[in-house]
Amino acid sequence: MDGIRGIYMDHAATTYTKREVLEEMLPFFTEYFGNPSSIHKFGRDVRKHVDTARERVAKALGADPSEIYFTAGGSEADNWAVKGTAYANKSKGNHIITTNIEHHALLHTCEYLEKEGFEVTYLPVDEYGLVSVEDVKNAITDKTILISIMYANNEIGTIQPIEEIGKLAREKGIYFHTDAVQAVGSVKIDVKEQNIDMLSLSAHKFYGPKGIGVLYVRKGVKLINFVHGGGQERGRRAGTENVPGIIGLGKAIELANENLEESSKRIMGLRDKLIKGLMDKIPYTRLNGHPVKRLPGNANFSFQYIEGESLLLNLDMKGIAGSSGSACTSGSLDPSHVLLAIGLSHEIAHGSLRLSLGAVNTEEDIDYVLEVLPEIVERLRQMSPLYEKVKGGNTNV
Amino acid sequence: MYSEKVMDHFSNPRNVGEIEDASGVGEVGNAKCGDIMKIYLKIEDNIIKDVKFKTFGCGAAIATSSIATEMIKGRTVEEALELTNKAVVEALDGLPPAKIHCSVLAEEAVKAAIEDYMKKQGKEVESSVSAGIEPDEEACCSKCERKCH
Repeated sequence: MDGIRGIYMDHAATTYTKREVLEEMLPFFTEYFGNPSSIHKFGRDVRKHVDTARERVAKALGADPSEIYFTAGGSEADNWAVKGTAYANKSKGNHIITTNIEHHALLHTCEYLEKEGFEVTYLPVDEYGLVSVEDVKNAITDKTILISIMYANNEIGTIQPIEEIGKLAREKGIYFHTDAVQAVGSVKIDVKEQNIDMLSLSAHKFYGPKGIGVLYVRKGVKLINFVHGGGQERGRRAGTENVPGIIGLGKAIELANENLEESSKRIMGLRDKLIKGLMDKIPYTRLNGHPVKRLPGNANFSFQYIEGESLLLNLDMKGIAGSSGSACTSGSLDPSHVLLAIGLSHEIAHGSLRLSLGAVNTEEDIDYVLEVLPEIVERLRQMSPLYEKVKGGNTNV
Repeated sequence: MYSEKVMDHFSNPRNVGEIEDASGVGEVGNAKCGDIMKIYLKIEDNIIKDVKFKTFGCGAAIATSSIATEMIKGRTVEEALELTNKAVVEALDGLPPAKIHCSVLAEEAVKAAIEDYMKKQGKEVESSVSAGIEPDEEACCSKCERKCH
C-alpha cells in the first residue's frame, strides 16, 4: 500500500502520509503559495483553505474552529498547554497534577516548571497503566491549576478514564489538558462531552504529514501566548503558517474520523489475533497494558530472558519493524519509565516489544509475525545465560 | 548504527553454547542493566582449546561476546589475559559510543573465566581491566556496581 515495503508495525512512532492527503497538500507548495495573511487574491485563496482545515479539525473533536490552534506538532502543543497554563494562572496557584507515564514532552516540561517554582504531583498507575480517578481527586489542593493526563499511552496503549477526569476537573474549576497524540484517529473524542479544556494532537500519527499538530484550547481558558510575533493563530502562536502541513492535517483528520469505527474494528481484530497468537506460542511472555482499555493498534509484550534491542534487530532482518522499551533502544540508562511504572522489573522491561498496527497491516502480516517471532525469541533465549537457569521448570514470570 | 562486522557477529554469532566440563567459567554484568555475559573455557597445556559463550543483551553485547571468543581461541592463557576492550572494538570496526561498555564487559568476562581457571589450578591471578577505551560515563548504567556500569 502506497509503496510501503516490509512489515511495518510501528504506527505509534509514525505513519506514512496517505495519498489523498498528499494530493491535497501538493498545490499549496506551488500554485497556492500565497501568505494567508496577505490581502490579495494569492493570500485570500490560501486563507480559505486554512480555514477549511481548521473547521475539519474542529468537527473531528466536537470543538469550535476558533478553539483550534495549529502548532509544529504534539510536543509543542504539550509544552504550550502546560507552560502556558502555569504562567497564566500562577496568581491562582502553582500546583500541577499529572501521571508518571506521560510522554517526555509532558514530563520534561513539568520538570522544567518545578525548577521555576511550580509543584508537580506525578500520580502512579496500576499494573495495567491506569490512573485512578480517586487518586486524581485526592491530589487536588487549593493551589491546583492544571490536571494533565494523557488520553492513551504511546507505549502500552492504555486508555485513561478521560471523561471522568474531565468531569472531576470541571467540578473543581481546574483546567484539564490531555495529550491525545496517540488517540486521535483511533478513538472517538468529543471535547465538549468529555469536559476537555485543552488537547494536543499530531498529524503524523494519523496518516498526515510530520511537523504539524494542534492544540485545542476551550474558549475562556487562560493561557499565555506561545510565540510572539505576527497575528497568526489569533496572535497566540505567531509565525507564517505551515500551509501544506495544515491542509494535510485537515484532510487526514477528516479521513480518520470518517473511517474511525470501521478501521478501528479491523485493526483491533488483527491486534487480538496477534496478542493471542504470541501469548499462546511463546512461554514466559506477558502482555503489557490493559487487556481491553487499550488502543486498537497497540500490542506490547515482555519476553523474559531476552533483551529488546537484539529482538528488534532480528525482526528487522526479517523485514518486521517494531520498537522496544529497552534501555539500549531508548538511548538512556534505564528502560522505559512507563514499563517501570506498571511495576515491571528492569530485567523484564529490557525484554519488551511494541508492535503497533495500522492501515498497512493485513492478516498475512500477523501470520508472518506469528511464524517468525517465536523462532527469534527461542533463538535468543538459547543464547541467554538467564534462560538456562529456568529451563529446569521455574515458570514464574 | 552498527558496522557490518557487528551485524555479522550479531546475526551469526561464533561459539555460542556451554562447555560441560569447562576449565573456567566467568559471568559478568547483571540482568537489571540489560546485559550478562558468560564465557566457558576449555584449557589444556595452557592453551585455550575451546571457548563458548552465552549472552543476554543487546546487539553489541552479543557481537562483542562472539568476537572476543574468536580472538582468544587457540591462544595461551597469558595472551588471552592481554585482550583489551580496545582490541575488541577495533576488531568490530568500531562501536557506537553508548555501546563501548559492551566491549568492556567482553574483556571482563574473558578475565573472569581465566581467573576461575587459575583459582581451580590453585594459582593467583592479578586481574585488571584495561579499559583501553574509557566507557562513556553518561551511557553506562549507574545502577551497576561494576566499573563500567
